[in-house]
Amino acid sequence: MYLYDQYDQAMVDARVEEFRDQARRRLEGKLSEDQFKPLRLMNGLYLQLHAYMLRVAIPYGTLNSRQMHALADIADKYDRGYGHFTTRQNIQYNWIKLEEAADLLADLAKDEMHAIQTSGNCIRNISSDHFAGAAADELVDPRPYAELLRQWSSFHPEFSYLPRKFKIAVIASDTDRAAMRLHDIGIQVVEQDGELGAAFYVGGGMGRTPMIAPCIKDFVPLDRLVTYSEAILRVYNRFGRRDNKYKARIKILVHEMGKDSFTQAVDEEFARMLDEGIEPPFAELERIRTFFEDPLFETGASEDIDRSDPDFALWVDRNTVAHKASGYVSAVISLKPVGGIPGDATSEQMRLMADLAKDYSFDELRVMHTQNIVLPHVRKADLHALWTALDEAGLGSPNLDTIEDIIACPGLDYCSLANARSIPVAQKISERFAANGKTEALGQLKLKISGCINACGHHHAGHIGILGVDKKGVENYQLLLGGSEAEDVSLAKITGPGFDEAGIVNAVETAADVYLREREDGERFLDTYRRIGMAPFKEALYG
Amino acid sequence: MRILTGNDLKSGAVTWWTGQDWSLHVEDAVDVSGSEDEIASREEAARRVNVPYAIDAELHDGKPRPAHIKDRVRALGPTVRPDLTLKPADPDIGNWVI
Repeated sequence: MYLYDQYDQAMVDARVEEFRDQARRRLEGKLSEDQFKPLRLMNGLYLQLHAYMLRVAIPYGTLNSRQMHALADIADKYDRGYGHFTTRQNIQYNWIKLEEAADLLADLAKDEMHAIQTSGNCIRNISSDHFAGAAADELVDPRPYAELLRQWSSFHPEFSYLPRKFKIAVIASDTDRAAMRLHDIGIQVVEQDGELGAAFYVGGGMGRTPMIAPCIKDFVPLDRLVTYSEAILRVYNRFGRRDNKYKARIKILVHEMGKDSFTQAVDEEFARMLDEGIEPPFAELERIRTFFEDPLFETGASEDIDRSDPDFALWVDRNTVAHKASGYVSAVISLKPVGGIPGDATSEQMRLMADLAKDYSFDELRVMHTQNIVLPHVRKADLHALWTALDEAGLGSPNLDTIEDIIACPGLDYCSLANARSIPVAQKISERFAANGKTEALGQLKLKISGCINACGHHHAGHIGILGVDKKGVENYQLLLGGSEAEDVSLAKITGPGFDEAGIVNAVETAADVYLREREDGERFLDTYRRIGMAPFKEALYG
Repeated sequence: MRILTGNDLKSGAVTWWTGQDWSLHVEDAVDVSGSEDEIASREEAARRVNVPYAIDAELHDGKPRPAHIKDRVRALGPTVRPDLTLKPADPDIGNWVI
């Protein structure tokens, strides 16, 4: 994985000291909250429902064991012994003290991490495929391109005050595991006539106005990756609306200009920029690539797995994914125990995951946008030992992509923007389906819950989505069906009137039962919904 | 009634105006109807509180209870982590929030 050079480290260290001075001046009353707020947000420090919250960037979700240990230490030293892994492959701490925040950032910097650009109207953490570098179906490892874009976008003076926040995802396979088309820019590395290039999708997003990004360019040579990205940002920066924050995202601009006019504007800007020398030397991309070379996989590693333990066999079937190297898999550590809080991990669990990564996965971990953790390179021969250790620590839930593998935003339990609690609903649904035994029969069923219209819980993209709203001071939950964030991307539709907390759990089971009754061979929930439409579900839900 | 809340500048902890000082416990809050802006300005200038604002509340068993669920969650702590709330040993505290 990428390691900081002297420039990266110097930039991050300098930012820590700059923030230390800003925080000191705030505490001494030399800065008002109005003056300080944009400064702390640029360093990922929010003021949330109960305290300051710090969001730490995890570029394209990749960590080594040393960094995961550092995150655990921070949870103990500065927080309350746990952290929350987010839907953009980051981690958040919920109980940070302003007077300690600079020391925390300094500790992060020692292990090549920071919280820069995890808030504010700038280019946020670049996300990617959590199986990058391991997936059997990828064209190349997309992370060198994500890293190049990370370096380009970090502290970019032209793009520090965009009309609105800006999110980029990079993938390199036809299977989309990063919700690529629901980002402001989604990039897919593709091959054309033997040459690698990038397909650009622009103007996707969730939030109050969900949109699927159209492809505006199906092939940009990789030695123009940064230039084309910059052309898009320039067009957005110039024409994006600043008069209304709800219409300021690039998806609104693309929609209002129309895809063709927007593309033409980008192409014209791109043509003007070709002589400006913006693109970094190709040697820099080659240098970055050297950090992402394959680990030394064991030649001839055994393909055999002893499946005599049924609990282990179930975990293998559900939580391991095909790897490009024979004798290896990617193993998913579920942070979704039945009745648990999606995405939360204690410091002890973080340390265990770090140690297991060191022992079994070439020192590497990935944070999934689905709020789980991946050990990307595990020998099949080591799976039982790995599972045993995970199971003993409450991390062995065999539920990847099932109805118990729920994405949930922090909701009203933590978030000052939320209108309703998400986590208790997730807990009750996972408990319901663990008890009724339908999880296995339901197969792949992606359920996503947001506590407000900002959609951090990706409810628009759930096969089943739940949106919490405030109905005259009482929590109410809308049910949505038919969304997908994958390569078969679609936006979910609302079924009808909302439900109270108990009612929404019943409604999810009712929708699941319609699927079990109506499905044809091989159909997932989403396939059945797309075939039969909303009507049978509405009939079952509302009579 | 109207009660005044904010966050402690240093720790970020949720605090409530008691008439003389700031408390972590909402039941210590007093009615500030009519004087909320003056108290908020004075206390923020003295850096004893960050971004203070007034909310509606009702008396519940003789103690202030915020009118809106968001403020009740804010007053107590996360309902999904009773151990991290201000009343970890109270089994009925969930009913106070909901």
